[in-house]
Amino acid sequence: MPGPFTAHQGDLLPADVLPALTAKARGAAHPRSAVCACTTQDTVLTDRADGTVVRHGDTVAKAHAPGTDPVELSQRLAVAAHPHLSGILLPPLGLTPVDLHGRLVTCWPYGTPVDPEAPENAPWEEAATLLARLHSTPPSTLAAGLPPMRGPAKAARAIARLQAAGPHPAAAPVLRAWSSLPAWARAEGPMPGAGALCHGDLHLGQLVRHPAPEGSWLLIDVDDLGLGDPAWDLARPAAWYACGLLPPDEWNRFLTAYQQAGGPAVPVDGDPWATLDVPARALTVQTAALAIVKSVAADRPLDEVQQAVVEACGRMLAMPEQLMPGDAK
Amino acid sequence: MQCPKCHARMHTYNRNGVEIEQCSGCRGIFLDYGELEALTRLESQWSQPGPPHQGAPQAYPPAPPAAPAWGAPHGGHGGHGGHGHHGHGRHKSFGHMLFSS
Repeated sequence: MPGPFTAHQGDLLPADVLPALTAKARGAAHPRSAVCACTTQDTVLTDRADGTVVRHGDTVAKAHAPGTDPVELSQRLAVAAHPHLSGILLPPLGLTPVDLHGRLVTCWPYGTPVDPEAPENAPWEEAATLLARLHSTPPSTLAAGLPPMRGPAKAARAIARLQAAGPHPAAAPVLRAWSSLPAWARAEGPMPGAGALCHGDLHLGQLVRHPAPEGSWLLIDVDDLGLGDPAWDLARPAAWYACGLLPPDEWNRFLTAYQQAGGPAVPVDGDPWATLDVPARALTVQTAALAIVKSVAADRPLDEVQQAVVEACGRMLAMPEQLMPGDAK
Repeated sequence: MQCPKCHARMHTYNRNGVEIEQCSGCRGIFLDYGELEALTRLESQWSQPGPPHQGAPQAYPPAPPAAPAWGAPHGGHGGHGGHGHHGHGRHKSFGHMLFSS
């Protein structure tokens, strides 16, 4: 979320990185000029543990999370820049991350995001179509040795944060639901199947219109991109729907558009939950874990929405196998 | 309003100018006093020659798409629908969740 420079600077970004990051964005915006003469304000677009993004004019600079592997990040940048992904992924400004005070930094063109104040206008069909095209891109046409999609690893990291957060009454059903997942979904075993090209962390913050403000929708943020089960990329909206949060028509629009675009993650006809179930459970658990971590840190009870996600984790324990719709009445 | 049978949210639909409530969970229909008679009257007009054209009758929405067994309770359907919270409008916390890793 946009915020002032000082909002989380102490927690998330060493004090010397932000000015350097801002300078990097400015330099990328004006590559031939030593001095920025434009009147553009620097804006912090996001400042989170998993990355800080600063905008200067039509350029943004991203400081990636501490510990980001430079080789894997370069491979992911190369995918985003590959002609096969043109019109699907926003291409970076340059293929090599720069080390700024220990943080890897990349530069990108600015794109207009989904309005956080009007998520009801979310481009569900466009998102689904972009995912279907991403998943349908044969990995063999890209550089060899692509890293795995990091979805399960991020879920495992959320569970580690939950375990480190201290006791909370809602933690037990979340941890039990986690332990009931197959090893691959917990990043403790290889993902099944040959592996499609996946985004790895789809949510509404991962879509921008480029060129801003009216260009085509594109996917951004390649930090978790890689080979894996493409159902993972549908599983966050699936989890929101299953938890009773995303309205049925919005879920239906997303799923139908994905199927109509020929996406390989779910069958064209038949039960999509046969492949969505495990990733949607994992992302429900991940969301619940992070909600509890925040609740503990802020010393605040879970709100109604967070509670709904925790309750879904509790119901998973009673239903280890996916039941077909219509079985229960 | 809430469904008296399964307690899911009821949505209002206009059927030939008569407002009826349908449950988003069990699809049950609630009629206010006089609405059944109004619908019956409309039906008899419809079957007569030269029915009044007021536009096509509004179809009932289809049943919600499939959801997993661990999904939010779905009234009498035993847990395969997603109707827990969205009926109350987009919650601010869910708005944030839509944009979070």
